[in-house]
Amino acid sequence: MSTIDLRPLNLALVGTPNSGKTSLFNALTGSRQKVANYPGVTVERKAGVFTTPDGRSVTLVDLPGTYSLRGRSPDEDITRDIVLGRFPGEAVPDLVLCVADTTNLRLTFRLVLELKATGRPLMLVLNMYDIALRRGVTVDVERLSAALGVPVVTSIAVRKGGIADLLKRTDEFAARAPAALIESSWKPLSVAELRATQRQADRIIADCVSLPSRPDTMTARIDAVVLHPVAGLVLLIAVLFVMFQAVFSWAQPIMEILAAGFATLGQFVHDTLPEGLLQSFLQNGVISGVGSVIVFLPQIVIIFLVILLLEDFGYMARAAFLMDRIMGGAGLHGRAFIPLLSSFACAIPGIMATRVIDNRRDRLTTILIAPLMTCSARIPVYTLIISAFIPSEQVWGWVNLQGLVMFGLYTAGIVSALAVSFLVKFFLWRDYEPAPFMLELPDYKLPRLRSIAIGVYTRAKMFLQRAGTTIFSMMVLIWFLASFPRPPAGTTEPAINFSLASIIGHAIEPLLAPLGFNWQIAVALIPGMAAREVAVAALGTVYAIEGGKEAAEQIGQLLATKWSLATALSLLAWYIFAPQCASTLAVIRRETGSWRWMAVTFAYMFALAYLASLITYKIAVALGAG
Amino acid sequence: MTKNHHKGGKHPILLGNARRGFRGIVHAIESDGVASALHPVELESRLIELGFVEGARIEVLHEGIIGRDPIAVRVDNITIAVRRREAMAVVLM
Repeated sequence: MSTIDLRPLNLALVGTPNSGKTSLFNALTGSRQKVANYPGVTVERKAGVFTTPDGRSVTLVDLPGTYSLRGRSPDEDITRDIVLGRFPGEAVPDLVLCVADTTNLRLTFRLVLELKATGRPLMLVLNMYDIALRRGVTVDVERLSAALGVPVVTSIAVRKGGIADLLKRTDEFAARAPAALIESSWKPLSVAELRATQRQADRIIADCVSLPSRPDTMTARIDAVVLHPVAGLVLLIAVLFVMFQAVFSWAQPIMEILAAGFATLGQFVHDTLPEGLLQSFLQNGVISGVGSVIVFLPQIVIIFLVILLLEDFGYMARAAFLMDRIMGGAGLHGRAFIPLLSSFACAIPGIMATRVIDNRRDRLTTILIAPLMTCSARIPVYTLIISAFIPSEQVWGWVNLQGLVMFGLYTAGIVSALAVSFLVKFFLWRDYEPAPFMLELPDYKLPRLRSIAIGVYTRAKMFLQRAGTTIFSMMVLIWFLASFPRPPAGTTEPAINFSLASIIGHAIEPLLAPLGFNWQIAVALIPGMAAREVAVAALGTVYAIEGGKEAAEQIGQLLATKWSLATALSLLAWYIFAPQCASTLAVIRRETGSWRWMAVTFAYMFALAYLASLITYKIAVALGAG
Repeated sequence: MTKNHHKGGKHPILLGNARRGFRGIVHAIESDGVASALHPVELESRLIELGFVEGARIEVLHEGIIGRDPIAVRVDNITIAVRRREAMAVVLM
């Protein structure tokens, strides 16, 4: 950045789904990424910066994957509009990088030919070049460049130095005097033109690429099991089961270390500061509040790690294939499987991912049920109650009972989601044809660990930012509600009994009493609206202030003495359905563009939660667990 | 889009009716009258974008568990998952 001619560049990454676009993006920008939304729509905007060997600063946008510029979904509209330079507020790319999976060039070449018509400077990146070579694919790069009329560069996004050539060519491009802008001659292609470009692409492949005589047999052999009608489904269930056992048991040791760390920190503050409001605020409000949420970071990391690994390996598309008809029976599209699976981590990215479903009604159904998938924010609540009330013993010799209950809660969420979807289809959209399911099943690839690490890191950062902002401010609020007004001097009762929290909790207690909820739970449910996991922190705060620091450290044991088993089970049932997440509701409002669907979601989930808790509590009491 | 696919003697088969293990060549895309939620032009465009163009080599690799649906089809050197309903637009030889 020392000389003036190093003007900053704007680059855009375009490519078909499964082209390795994301791993190239990760290789170029590393952790210097910013995930946000495009203004006015909720398509994710991923941008990052990097510096070329010449010292040029480059801004790179990762555009949504697409097979053509036709724009059949909001995502694809954005890709087209940015490439055409007509997206308001978005820089016109100086250079478009079209990413291709070298082992699978057909579909990308057609896209390249279409991109050329836009007149935007273009470079083709042959990604996964090493895999292609290993499989016996050879590409005459120079001939290809001449045939396509665009510069072609090879890259191995996953290997150190694998993108050196790409960086060098970017510098060379930037150093040249900017070419005169070519008018865009692009227009949506007719079917005949589509055919013609595909034929042209096929001719170029025949001319410049030699395909191996032996095709890749690994994918075929794996698919023989994975896509087998019976073995495939058994495997899918096993994968999900292992995933949830992992979330529950692997994360435990790290979580205990984190919890102990925060307890020590709280104790340190307690011992250092004089008795009073500031001490109480820092220890009970800030440290125990935020700490009890951050403790769940290991679980969130594990769940995203598994999802990203499966996606990178190529399993996600297979899962959609296996689930298509099964979900179709419940009125869902096979493509809904990926958004719904993402909803296990968090309903918000899940709901945003429904954009891959082009049919509006399929999409709405998926959005409606996505919050029923057990998101990671429920894990804190489940973990707390399960570890306090369910004994950690082995059943059938090898299954942990706590893990089994957790699995049961996940299953309950899935089953109710399918039931709701079935009812929606039956009552709302009885006379409608199901939308098509057409999906590429990519060849299996070894997951790219660095790329996955960056993905997990980005998501963990988002979770911590949320813990640091929304959740922190809610914790301050709940601490305030639980601490003010101050108790009269000389009283022997716990201070919280005089607080605003107690007043609110008692006010809504009659409504929740049939469910077996006491006023402390009622109080905790209110800030839980900001984010579900806050309820745990809120319970911690409520009981910590009531019972002193020992209670905060051992909230689980405390609950076991304060609640009946029936209350605990009732609260678990409540959390399967509870519409307790203001951000999810906000996303539904944005994605559907209407308050109505947000209200419908809230109302039906509240009704289900109330009903499920009521039934659970009554049955548990009748069985003597009250 | 209507083509005479009766020449050559061999009877055309719709991909939507093909069973596991079937191999063939795409002869035509005829999306008119296919019971898809998509408009025929849109269906034809999407099939082409996924590589179903005349002359492409086809092999039905896998079938789903319920009603043998959807199917996983090898189209030249890529694999596409598609429901039988939409696959009815692909005429094979």
